[in-house]
Parts: sequence; structure tokens; C-alpha cells
Amino acid sequence: MSFDGLIEAIIDGVLTGGVYALMAAGLSLIFGVMDIINIAQGAMVVLGAYLSYVLSVHLGLDLFVGLLITVPAMFALGVLLEWGFMRRLREGDRTSMSILVTYAFAIVIEGVLTLIFGSDYEELNASYTTNSVHVLNFYLPEIYLLGFAMAAVLLGGLYLLFFRTKFGRGLRASLQNRTAADLIGINVNRTRMLAVGIGVAVTACGGMVYGATVAFNPDSGYDLISRLLAIVILGGMGSIGGAMASAVLLLVLADVVAVAWAPVWSILVFFAAILLVLSVRPEGLFGARAGRAQ
Amino acid sequence: MSASAGTDSSSAAPAVPGSSAPGTGRIRLATSLFVLVVLVVAVLFPLAENSRQGTMSIAVFAVIFMVAVSAWNIFSGYSGYLALGHAVFFGVGAYTVALMAQDWHVPAGWAIMALLPVCGVVAGLVAIPVGLVALRTRRHTFVVVTIAVFFIFQTLATNLAFTGGTGGIQLPFVSWTFSVYNERFYYVALVILVATVALSWAVRRSRFGLQLMAIRDDEDRARGMGVRTGRVKLAAFVVSAIPVGMVGGLWAYFLGSVYPQSAFDPLFDIALALMGFFGGIGTIAGPLVGALVLESLQQYFTQTFSANGLYLIIYGGLFLVVILLMPRGIVPSVSHRLRSWRAQRVDRASKPAAGSDAAGVTG
Repeated sequence: MSFDGLIEAIIDGVLTGGVYALMAAGLSLIFGVMDIINIAQGAMVVLGAYLSYVLSVHLGLDLFVGLLITVPAMFALGVLLEWGFMRRLREGDRTSMSILVTYAFAIVIEGVLTLIFGSDYEELNASYTTNSVHVLNFYLPEIYLLGFAMAAVLLGGLYLLFFRTKFGRGLRASLQNRTAADLIGINVNRTRMLAVGIGVAVTACGGMVYGATVAFNPDSGYDLISRLLAIVILGGMGSIGGAMASAVLLLVLADVVAVAWAPVWSILVFFAAILLVLSVRPEGLFGARAGRAQ
Repeated sequence: MSASAGTDSSSAAPAVPGSSAPGTGRIRLATSLFVLVVLVVAVLFPLAENSRQGTMSIAVFAVIFMVAVSAWNIFSGYSGYLALGHAVFFGVGAYTVALMAQDWHVPAGWAIMALLPVCGVVAGLVAIPVGLVALRTRRHTFVVVTIAVFFIFQTLATNLAFTGGTGGIQLPFVSWTFSVYNERFYYVALVILVATVALSWAVRRSRFGLQLMAIRDDEDRARGMGVRTGRVKLAAFVVSAIPVGMVGGLWAYFLGSVYPQSAFDPLFDIALALMGFFGGIGTIAGPLVGALVLESLQQYFTQTFSANGLYLIIYGGLFLVVILLMPRGIVPSVSHRLRSWRAQRVDRASKPAAGSDAAGVTG
């Protein structure tokens, strides 16, 4: 492996990491808010990609302009999901049951997409999905740069929302102690519903960038969810900054493995990360779980 | 402990000692008779269905899944640990039979069926290291670890040289005529099913089963009371892997080929849990009902509509509805309803005087 090859793998990894952080943010957020592991996250990313696909192919909208429609649509889906299923799970075994319920939800999404679009691979096209910026010796694909920038802005925005606003304070209060939050006048159900909606809405952006960087079909979600889970677990469930850091770390590692060894083994980086983290340090590398213990 | 067993004893489970309400003997007799009738119907079923081979192949798949869900339930249902990686053992069984048949040049036919116990043993051996790693964790962390282990095995099967990669492995072609082909696989599957259900029943009644259920109710307290939780959990994990490996082998032989994508299928992982919860986990009849209903439906839809996604919608949707309306699954909900109905009847029968008085006044 040449030195340039290594540098290129690292740069690729950092940029792809931004895209994955955007996809994983919703998963981390929903877990942080509801203690729910949303296995449907992969399917939702793919759903977001298909929504962007419809808008760009049939209405000729630019991919980023199309987000003005897909983001509210996915927000509504998230709110519906929280209201219809998540809040109805019993407190005791909520996390385990949530895995099953959201898995079933993922199957339904996959079925709907297959029914409408068939199982052929599609991809999103625009001028910036094929162009590259030439810096020194390296070609940086524009879409990755745009995706990384969007990830940084959105995740920064989420951070501000949670730690600098009244809504965020109410949300964190209802996480720490539901009963007490109820007593001091926080509408816990509404707060959670909005938070899940925001998580799914961010996923719409992740789905658009995902669809613009790789080809996808209705069952791409399975491949995605294992990577996203690894990212969120390594970053610490519920931590947005942790998701960003671990996404970059894992994608760089995966790209280096792909260059140094073979692309097919790069996926093992994610699973090794899950096993290692969960059996050695269950709260994740950047996890804040201990601080939330009641 | 008897209280915990009593809260979700299934219709097929024996009555719990100590709850000998009037009519317990009659219920036990009725249960035995019911089991006998089901068994006779299952054995005679192929004779009635010879005309339509499609139905017979649905039956083979259904019985294979009934075995797998019952076996999964021995670990996940009794211990409360939700395992979403049993496709590992299914795939290991499938590859074991394919590799043995290929490398040892086993002649097609019954000789390969005789290899199925080996598939079970290999799956059980694989379960030991997997269990040692995964069972270090609890609750949802455990679930995620089992998912990760599953994807590792899928990656290995796809990329290692000896598994044949994405091209998979072909099994020797059996020269059985079309009319007996499905039937023979059905009977082999049925034999494995009877053995698995007997195993599940025996575990449930045993000290081992009580230890598992104690872990489900409160693991720390169970440990405090002297249950060797680590050993018990690992034993249950290995025991539950063995039948899954056997039907994995049978399934591969039935289809005639193994591919990494179908032998290590994420849908299989979730299917076991969906079927288990659909029927009711922790019971003996629940997994059987869940697998029979859902797998038959899935196969029927696949045959009727091919693969256009409709069956995925119905499959996922059905599960969501059941989990919302009957969170404990069909069998516990129905048996609970039956029991309260019976209790009401006994109540009414025990005070007929008051009832007839009231009737007399209003009449």
C-alpha cells in the first residue's frame, strides 16, 4: 500500500464518516430519548433516498431543494411511529420489545418500497454527484463534501437544540426522571414525540446523501443497520457528538482495511467494534449512560 | 417459583402443582387427548394432501420453522434473553450438511438424512464460543451482540474460500419421485419436531427449566439463591442451537443448495422472534402456533404473489397488530381468556340458589 493510498483512504473515511453520522444521528437520538433501538433506521434511510429519488426524477427538483419536502414528510412519519407504536410499549421490557416492533416496521417499509419500485438498484443523480474537487494530489467528490458539511451543520444544530433551548432542557429532564418532569409541567409525551420526529427528519437528509453516494434498493437497509448500530454503540447510545466521532473513526478504519487487505473484509471492522465495545465497555467509548442512571 | 410458572403456563403445559382447582384432572386429560389428535392429524396429513404438492412443500417449511422456533424458545422464551442470531446455527447446519455431502461424496438419499444429527452437534459446538461472548452481556446489549455475531458469520460464509463464496454449494440431487419427495422431508422434519417439543416440555418441567425461569424473573436474585446463572444460560443456549442446526441441514437438503444470503438470512433471525412472540414465548404451544400460522402464510404468499413485497407488508403488519392487541402473544392471551371464562362458570355453578332466586324475582 502506497502512502498516498493510505492518505486517500483516510480522507475518504473521514468524508464518508460524515454521511454515516448523518444516518446514525436519528438512531442515537431516538435511543437517547425513548430507550428504543430503532432497527428500522436502515429502512428509513432507504425510504428517505427513495423519496428524494421520486422528487428528483418525477418533479425534476434539485436534491437539496427536495429536502424541503422530504424532511417534513419524514418528521410526520416519526411522530406517527412514536404515537402509534413506541409509546405503547410497556416500560419494563421496552428496549427489547422495541427491537422487534421496529424490525417489523422495517419489514413493512421494505415491502412497500419493493411493491412500488421493484428490487432493481437506483441512484440519485445531479451535477455534484459526479464532479470532484481537485486538492493537491487527491480528488474529493463534491457530494461527500456537501454531505459532510450538512452533517456538521445539522448535528451542531441538534446539539444546540438539546443543550441551549428550553425544549432541550425539558427533553433532558424527561429522560432523567419522567415523573418529576411531569410534575414540573413538562408534557413528556409531546416532547418525546417531537424528538422522535426530529430524529427521523434528520434521517431524511442522511437518506438523500446516502442515495447520492451509492446505489440502493429496498433491502439495502439490512446492510446499513448493522453499520449504524456499530457507530451508535461505539459512540455511546444517545450521544450525538459520539456518533459523529465514532462514524469517522470506524469509516476510516474500514477504508484502511479495504485498501490494505480487501474491500470485503472492511465490514468486519464494524462488527468487531460492536463486540469489543459491548463486552469490554458496555456504555460505549463516548457514552454518557452512567450519568443518566436513575 | 410456582407462582412465576403459573402466570404463563400454556394450554399444553401441565397444570402447576398447588393450583389444583376442581377439574384439573379433566383439563389434563383433555390436553393429552388434544395433543394425540394433533399428532394423528400431522401424521395423516400427507395422505389427504397428495393432490396438491404446493401445500406439501408449505407444510415442510412450516414444520422446519416450528422446530426452529420451539428450540429458540427453550433459550429465549424460558430465560427471557432475546436472541436475534439463531440464523447462525441454521446456516452452520446448512453448510455442515452441504460440505459433508460434497467432501465425503455421500450418496443422495437417506444417507444424507443420517448426517442431520451431525449438523445439530456442529451447531451446538459453534454455540459454545458464541454463547461465552454474548452471554457476558444482558438485556438489549445481548440482543445487539447476537445481531453482530450473525453478521460476522454471514460475512465469513460469503468470503471464505471453503464455503464456495456467493456461488454457494450444490447438494447431491435426490432421485426420489416428485410425489414422495416432499412427503419424506415432511416426515423427517416431523420426527425432529416431536423430539424438540418433547425436549422443550422436559426442560420446562425440570429443575433446569425452573432455574431458567428464575433467571428470566430476576437474574440477580436467582444467582443469590444459588443458581449458577452463567452455566445455566450457556447450557440453554447450546441446547437451543442443536435442533436449529438439524433443521438447517434438512432445509439445505430440501432446497438442494446453500447460499450465504439465504442460509444466513437476517429475516430468519427476526422470523423466529416474531413467530415466538406471535404465538406467545415461554410456553410450549405458543411457538408451534406462531410458526405454523406465520410460516404457512409467508410460504403461501410467496407461492401466490411471488416476491413483490406484498407478503412483507402483511407479515410485518400482522405482527404489529398482534403485539399491540395481545402483547403476550396468542396462546397466553387465549388461555388466559379460557381460564377466566371457566372460573366464571365454576363461580356461577357454585351459587345456583342466588341465581335462581334472582331469576324468579325478575321472572
